[in-house]
Amino acid sequence: MLEIKDLRFTVQKDGQDFHILKKINLSFEDNKFYVITGPNGGGKSTLAKIIMGIEQPSSGQIILNGEDITEKDITERAKMGIGYAFQTPPRFKGVKVQDLLEISANKTINPCEILHDVGLCAQDYLEREIDGSLSGGELKRIEIATIIARDLKVAVFDEPEAGIDLWSFQKLSETFKKLHEKYKTTIIIISHQERIINLSEEVIVIAEGNIKEITTKEEILKDFEKQSPGFGCDFNENCEKGTV
Amino acid sequence: MLSNLEKELIKLIAGMDDVPKGGAFSIRRDGDGSLRSSSANIIVEGREDKRGINVKIKPGTKNETLYIPVLITKEGHNELVYNHFEIGEDSDVTIIAGCGIHNPGTEKSQHDGIHEFHLQKNSKLKYVEKHFAQGPAEGKKIFNPKTIMTVEEGGTAELELVQIKGVDKTKRDTQVILKDGAKVINVERMLTDYDQEAESVIDVEMRGKDSTCQIISRSVARGNSRQYFDLNMSGYNECRGHIQCDSIIMDSAQVVAVPKVSAFHVDAQLIHEAAIGKIASDQLIKLKSLGLTEEEAEAKILAGFLK
Repeated sequence: MLEIKDLRFTVQKDGQDFHILKKINLSFEDNKFYVITGPNGGGKSTLAKIIMGIEQPSSGQIILNGEDITEKDITERAKMGIGYAFQTPPRFKGVKVQDLLEISANKTINPCEILHDVGLCAQDYLEREIDGSLSGGELKRIEIATIIARDLKVAVFDEPEAGIDLWSFQKLSETFKKLHEKYKTTIIIISHQERIINLSEEVIVIAEGNIKEITTKEEILKDFEKQSPGFGCDFNENCEKGTV
Repeated sequence: MLSNLEKELIKLIAGMDDVPKGGAFSIRRDGDGSLRSSSANIIVEGREDKRGINVKIKPGTKNETLYIPVLITKEGHNELVYNHFEIGEDSDVTIIAGCGIHNPGTEKSQHDGIHEFHLQKNSKLKYVEKHFAQGPAEGKKIFNPKTIMTVEEGGTAELELVQIKGVDKTKRDTQVILKDGAKVINVERMLTDYDQEAESVIDVEMRGKDSTCQIISRSVARGNSRQYFDLNMSGYNECRGHIQCDSIIMDSAQVVAVPKVSAFHVDAQLIHEAAIGKIASDQLIKLKSLGLTEEEAEAKILAGFLK
């Protein structure tokens, strides 16, 4: 279980304090599927980065299976079984897809199967360099593959759907479902997508640095529909509902 | 036949285990060029006028490799070597060169090489030259390779010039002239550290119609080392050229990259891209989030970049 206790994250700008996260308390149970949603700038990505150790909280604790990991660095947390898929993954000149998957896997993996899970053909991609020749969508899918390749206790995905075309996105939803069924990983996905919200067992709404609501997919989708017709639709504002 | 130290060097620079049992080769050891052999299609001869070798590759020679490594294991050994290569029409060959210095003392050891290549019509050459040096810091290890190449109609030259590590000072000078439909791909990789200095000057003249040139230079500068790149490309005809010059800068190193593309024809398409920067923090974070330490992540990024 991953617990977040009284977590605050404050930054200073021009001598003024900005409270990005204000006293967050959350418990993520083992093998459960969570979606964190809410408006942009609400603190979702910051929370994800704090879980991975990329950002240090101003105060509060992060506890993994009873152990306080607040002071642990990124590498230590990775070794303890926490994984994080970047919203905007970095590129590596000269490093091949296969190299990155090999670094990712702490057990024998079949890279072909993992690439297939994210909708990429292994033959075409294993030897490709993770450089500017990959499109944003390809890069994003490879990023997700590096997380799937690992045997994790907690996997955090920061907007995995961003930059991925509709067809691949459908495949991706199946992959998350499979990941959830196959491994005992706690999955936390930051997302606005209905299809991903639909996979979740619990939905956490974060807005203005606070937990606004902890709810179910049924409730949240009903709320969204009421507030903004067409929300969460795969075609966003281009579909009939969206243009009403 | 080779000492253990020489075997270590030759493995690093040329991927060889020992003196080959057959085929064409020339292994130069502390100035002694007598370890030499020709094959039916590749003739290797010592030069009478100057120190070095003359290589003649017969027209139509396919899939053969010539090994010409240079080994220096003495301190205070300085040499200037002239090599000439005639690559026959329609041939497709690989030449593995390279130089390894183990300088055990305090006097400098230096290898300067002048390589002249003449690639005949429709010939294809892959040329690999790796430099490596080791030994106590006091004894300087210096390489100054000069490559002069003419590629005739339809010929292709692929050059891979690599400075692995340990070289105190180097000046590379590469000059290429391309005729009609000729092509050159020049890949350069360089690592410098401590107080090392490296300079690379590449000059490609695209004289022929439809000639193409690609220069890819990747370097890592660490410690107090200094690197200077002067990459020039000139188009005198309908031609295409692309220079990519990328450097990772670390510690207190200095890197200067001087780009120059010159067009003397309206259909010359020339591109130059140059970038210098430190390792991006999100690259380190990504690899750390996969379980690597900061040092392991850095080593992985550099190894990939210089691969």
